[in-house]
Amino acid sequence: MLEIFTWLASWLVYDLGGFDPNSKLGSSLHFFVEDTSKIFALLVVMIYAIALLRASLNLERVRYYIQQKNRFAGYGLGAGFGAITPFCSCSSIPLFLGFTSAGIPLGITMAFLFTSPIINEVAVIMLWSLLGWEFTLVYIAIGMTVGIGGGILLDSLGAERWLKDFAAKAYQNAATSPQANRPAPEPASLTLRERHEFARNELFDIVARIWKWIIIGVGLGAALHGFVPDGWFSDNLGSGQWWNVPAAVLAGLPLYSNATGVIPIMESLITKGLPVGTTLAFCMSTVAASFPEFIMLKQVMLWRLLATIFIILLINFMLVGWLINLLAPWLFSSL
Amino acid sequence: MKKIEVLGTGCKKCTVTAEQITAIAKELGTDVEVSKVTDPQIIMQYQVMSTPAVAVNGQLAHSGGVPDRKKIEAILKA
Repeated sequence: MLEIFTWLASWLVYDLGGFDPNSKLGSSLHFFVEDTSKIFALLVVMIYAIALLRASLNLERVRYYIQQKNRFAGYGLGAGFGAITPFCSCSSIPLFLGFTSAGIPLGITMAFLFTSPIINEVAVIMLWSLLGWEFTLVYIAIGMTVGIGGGILLDSLGAERWLKDFAAKAYQNAATSPQANRPAPEPASLTLRERHEFARNELFDIVARIWKWIIIGVGLGAALHGFVPDGWFSDNLGSGQWWNVPAAVLAGLPLYSNATGVIPIMESLITKGLPVGTTLAFCMSTVAASFPEFIMLKQVMLWRLLATIFIILLINFMLVGWLINLLAPWLFSSL
Repeated sequence: MKKIEVLGTGCKKCTVTAEQITAIAKELGTDVEVSKVTDPQIIMQYQVMSTPAVAVNGQLAHSGGVPDRKKIEAILKA
């Protein structure tokens, strides 16, 4: 079904535009038109459909579910809800404090916050359409693992002693606070009309926020696609030397992007011969370890905790890179 | 006079919320004092988890996004 976007691009670029399919510019333009039209069409349909379903999911209920579970289920739920709950990064501090003051352990809250930027419906839709379902499943599994692993490690280090005083107090007082034994929040019962309005607002909101990233991401991906010869990375970097992965993680650090901007670039990097694990490590590092968000967390954490979280993330990304490079021949028959 | 606080850690949506409340209050001729609260401790005391949120005279009236016109009018008239 998605072939119509290939035809659309061929018609626009080769037939109407008169570009030569074998030229660098022609091939870049074709990539750009095909991917942007495909991504925007899929996003509009899918964001609306998903928003209809999750209109009644709010953070109070998510917090209640996580609170009720034992610690180990908690990490999985934290990461899982981090993936599916719509939430803007400017809310991360109130969310952090809301969870903490309800007595949810730091590691579970962080599992939510780690996973949230890596997995969201936009990232999943784009991966699926550009790189296929096998890759998408591996990506989701990795995002969850990074969140759960990071959270468990933080708790086993006793990291809550590096919270700022007021946040630590809120956590300790949680057992006696009126929030501790509150009944389950009522699920919002919405009419179809309210769901439609919610979904429409979500759609406009998300598209307004990410359209620039898509254009930039697909633009860079298209340039790589047309102007860098196939297999360039494997010819020049060698395929799979161990230091490629840490190098990719470090290269991704200063780049601050969201998943939307990076995924179209990943597609090109992989076809140009960069190993899959190395590409994923680069992508995670760009998306999940961003300085602006770290500076925000400073409001509730001491430097020591921030630094610990940062190092845990970097190590996680490197492990992911090495592991996937090792497993790639078995995981991806098609890439 | 109504004392209105817009709660949020300082993103663009909070500024928009404060501006819209001020503008609509002026239109309706409601006497308000709008301020922005960015201190995470105070936001925590209101038990707000998604911002922007709006409190009127110390009572939480809205949370989870930029309120639409209908909601702002309701807040101002209440």
